Amino acid sequence: MNDTYFLSLLVFSPLLGIVLLAFVPKTQEQTIKLLGFLATLPSLLLALFAFGQYLRGYDLSRLAEKHAWLQFGKYSFLPDSAFSVPYELNVDGFALVMIVLTALLATLAAIASIHIKKEWKGYFMLFLLLEIGMLGVFAAGNLLLFFIFFEVTLVPMFFLIGKWGYFEKEKAAYSYLLYNGIGSAILLLVILILFARTGTSNIAALQDMLRDPQGAAQMLAPISDDLRYGLFIALLIAFGVKLPIVPLHSWMLRVHVQAPPSIVMLHSGVLLKIGAFGLIRFGMGLFPEQFERLATFIAVLGVINLLYGAFLAFVQEDFKMVLAYSSISHMGIVLIGLGALNEAGIQGAIFQVVSHGLISALLFLLVSIMYERVHTTMLDRLGGLAKAMPLVSGFLLAGAMASLGLPGMSGFISEFTAFLGLFKAEPMIAAVGTLGIIMTAVYLLRAVLNMTYGATTHNVTEVADIRTVELVPVLILMGCIILIGVYPDMLAQSLEATIQTMMNGLGG
Amino acid sequence: MTWETLLHYKWGVMAPEFIILGVATALSLIDLFMPNDQNRRPLGWFAVAGVVVAIISLTGLLSVGTTSILYDTFRLDAFGKAFKLLLLTGAALVLLLAMDYQPKEGVKYQGEFYYLFLTALLGAMMMTSSGDLITLFVGLELLSISSYILAGLRKAHHLSNESAMKYVINGGISTAITLFGMSYVFGLTGSTNLKKIAMQLSTLQDSGHQYMLALAFLLMLVGLSFKLASVPFHMWAPDVYQGAPTPVTAFLSVVSKTAGFVIVLRLFISIFAAALSQGKEPSSMLLSMQDYIAFLAGATMMIGNTVALKQRNVKRLFAYSSIAHAGYLLVGFAAMSWVMVDSMWFYLAAYLLMNLGAFAILQTVTDQTGSEDISQFAGLYRRNPLLAIMMGLFVLSLAGIPGTAGFIGKVHIFLGAFATEPAHYVLAAIMIATTVVSYVYYFGLFTQIFFRPAAHHEPLRVPLGVTIVVTVCALGTFVFGVMPGLLYHFLDQFQHFSDFLR
Repeated sequence: MNDTYFLSLLVFSPLLGIVLLAFVPKTQEQTIKLLGFLATLPSLLLALFAFGQYLRGYDLSRLAEKHAWLQFGKYSFLPDSAFSVPYELNVDGFALVMIVLTALLATLAAIASIHIKKEWKGYFMLFLLLEIGMLGVFAAGNLLLFFIFFEVTLVPMFFLIGKWGYFEKEKAAYSYLLYNGIGSAILLLVILILFARTGTSNIAALQDMLRDPQGAAQMLAPISDDLRYGLFIALLIAFGVKLPIVPLHSWMLRVHVQAPPSIVMLHSGVLLKIGAFGLIRFGMGLFPEQFERLATFIAVLGVINLLYGAFLAFVQEDFKMVLAYSSISHMGIVLIGLGALNEAGIQGAIFQVVSHGLISALLFLLVSIMYERVHTTMLDRLGGLAKAMPLVSGFLLAGAMASLGLPGMSGFISEFTAFLGLFKAEPMIAAVGTLGIIMTAVYLLRAVLNMTYGATTHNVTEVADIRTVELVPVLILMGCIILIGVYPDMLAQSLEATIQTMMNGLGG
Repeated sequence: MTWETLLHYKWGVMAPEFIILGVATALSLIDLFMPNDQNRRPLGWFAVAGVVVAIISLTGLLSVGTTSILYDTFRLDAFGKAFKLLLLTGAALVLLLAMDYQPKEGVKYQGEFYYLFLTALLGAMMMTSSGDLITLFVGLELLSISSYILAGLRKAHHLSNESAMKYVINGGISTAITLFGMSYVFGLTGSTNLKKIAMQLSTLQDSGHQYMLALAFLLMLVGLSFKLASVPFHMWAPDVYQGAPTPVTAFLSVVSKTAGFVIVLRLFISIFAAALSQGKEPSSMLLSMQDYIAFLAGATMMIGNTVALKQRNVKRLFAYSSIAHAGYLLVGFAAMSWVMVDSMWFYLAAYLLMNLGAFAILQTVTDQTGSEDISQFAGLYRRNPLLAIMMGLFVLSLAGIPGTAGFIGKVHIFLGAFATEPAHYVLAAIMIATTVVSYVYYFGLFTQIFFRPAAHHEPLRVPLGVTIVVTVCALGTFVFGVMPGLLYHFLDQFQHFSDFLR
């Protein structure tokens, strides 16, 4: 195995699919769908292989690769490497877990894309481009590269929502574009201020410079304390749009409802998690001091997210809206865990990122299967699903259980650890937050029971149950959720090193 | 001046200018004696060939050191070489567009079309290499007057007439203001030579004189903003862009704008960087004027990007977009960091490629129906998928999305804004905010191209010249976006234009 190109291969292998798709005539529906699915496999296999090796003790730093890419001019009065941006990829345990999650969800979403009705060719090309962007975000070794991959997800998403979505798709696409455009604009400012002041955008180097006073001497220009607060708050807003943190969330509701469900699987499963990833990696990693000061504020934001999402999910008429608000609510738990500032809290937050990625992908997969048959997601028109589609409603119930934190499933582990952390740090806030957990059970059960056992409506009769091709991804997702639920150590192990670095930065 | 001294000069350093001058003269003579009914397309190829030869001769000059001839009125330095390359490349592409320009009533004065582009180009080239106020001004006027005629070349088209009229009146006013400013400088120093002026001004201590000099600076800045199409002289741009023949619009938005930045940099850096200013702490006049430039840059970005939101006519849309880009470039100038000239050169190169590419497609699409409404782009993806994707690339680059040259250019400008002390946070924030605003109208083009059903169903035929332009521009936009190192490596040989003042 040639280690030096492994990550590049992993990130860019969907490109092969894009090139091949370009040569397929656009009317060949089956070929295109098959090719689109196959193109996601190399990344998945490579990611799983790397993960397997890692669990057996392989040193991930050997995967790091670095090539010269671009230097903004050489100046005699600056150090040689100043203002150079190499092409560098590297991963640690956390990033690798996210990459596995991304590759897995991309493959499953490609299967779920059998329900796409038109222009398959363009759809899959954009889909694969989106996958490259998402994989690259987690593997990027410097901030500028991170940003480039981050933006690479923006454009395909705009098209995927705007072209293949439902009735108000263009409005949703624009709302996505503008909110995320503002978010990434703020992110770019932060990145470039750091870059201009330090001459590097390498994440590890920046951590050194920003954390310890000796490293600070290497900066080209000083970064004052005030500026650090400014940068940290800017990061919080930038990733807060993505996560989303409550006042910045309206775009994601539209996307959840209007985008095709296979894309929402990725959106809710991975793209929202980039917000959490960025907040942990950069917010906490680069500005630990500022994070510590504002931890209570972040925990409060988390509780607001949790409760706001939960209460509004309770009154929604559309199942997709229930899930959208549920996503907001669950992302609150990530913030709660981070706000706790202790090992349990951070672990809970990262667990929640992975767990919710799987659960929301499962739920939207089921939505897509359901919509395909009954052409609605309105709760009052979905009664009696259990009779017509026993398997689908069974899985729906299981998904809902996982989401509300039933022990034995991944949701329980993450919520439990996150709250454990917060109870240690801020018992009052945590106590208020537990109300959200109860609400989660209430709104999810209300929605799911309504659908499965409610009075049978006419459009639900005489529809086929789940097909094999749809069953496979559902089973895989269920399997992962339960696996993490009963054997969380697998995940905990791979995150240990990352969390330890975070704790060191926090002075723990 | 005797023959000996005249022959003694190294005329070789003016080779590109002589070639353009020769081709322009030859073209005007051929056009004069050519029968009226003969096809003038070959003349276009001749003009393109001339520009290409000029580019080749310029690459031959790249290794020649800084040379100054004719009492420093003409100097070949790194700055001149680098920017001449941009101007020549831009002009070659614009000429290719001009050959395929097919308005409904046909082009009556095709020969004039070609050689006027060349004379305008000659004016712009003179400016890049000028070390004297007189030659700078003559170059500026040669460019302007040629452009005035070009704008009105569609004689039977009332919008074209209106555009030429507006252009000439606005241009006249701005020239007068510039000249007024220059007269102060001449009055204070008694010389038109930039070097001598700088020397004189560096000893200027009297605060009354410095006040006068500041006035001269502002007058020149305001006057020259006409060529940049930036605030306060931006009002002409939408009307002129709309009325002028499309290749002329492309020329104005790229070559003429580049020339504008050339004269701004040449003039202000060489004169005012050395001049003293009496502030709280003594610094150079240029630095003390930073806030004014920053203000104009901010206003330009805001006006360009917000008014563009309401445009339905694509040429007007691109006019406001080009105003906005002038604003971004001014940010690079206002920051006055050590990356200033480098970053502006890179941005102008990227802007040249992406904007000319977009104009090539715009011309093809609008020529077919004669309408310039944005709905003409509807369903372009169905009619010609490849062209639609190319347009997508250019627009993404204009919007500054990663993977394109436009993004790298913007990053470089931001870098300049942040690398100075104190950093220009407000200006950078305005730039980034207006960039997000610009997404709305750029992606509005996308909705037309990719989402809307086609208004016309016949496939779009793309002429040869346009094909070449689109290919070159798309390649450049993409390659310099993914591998910007290539262009930066090329830029390294100019050593950050350090021979500017020598």
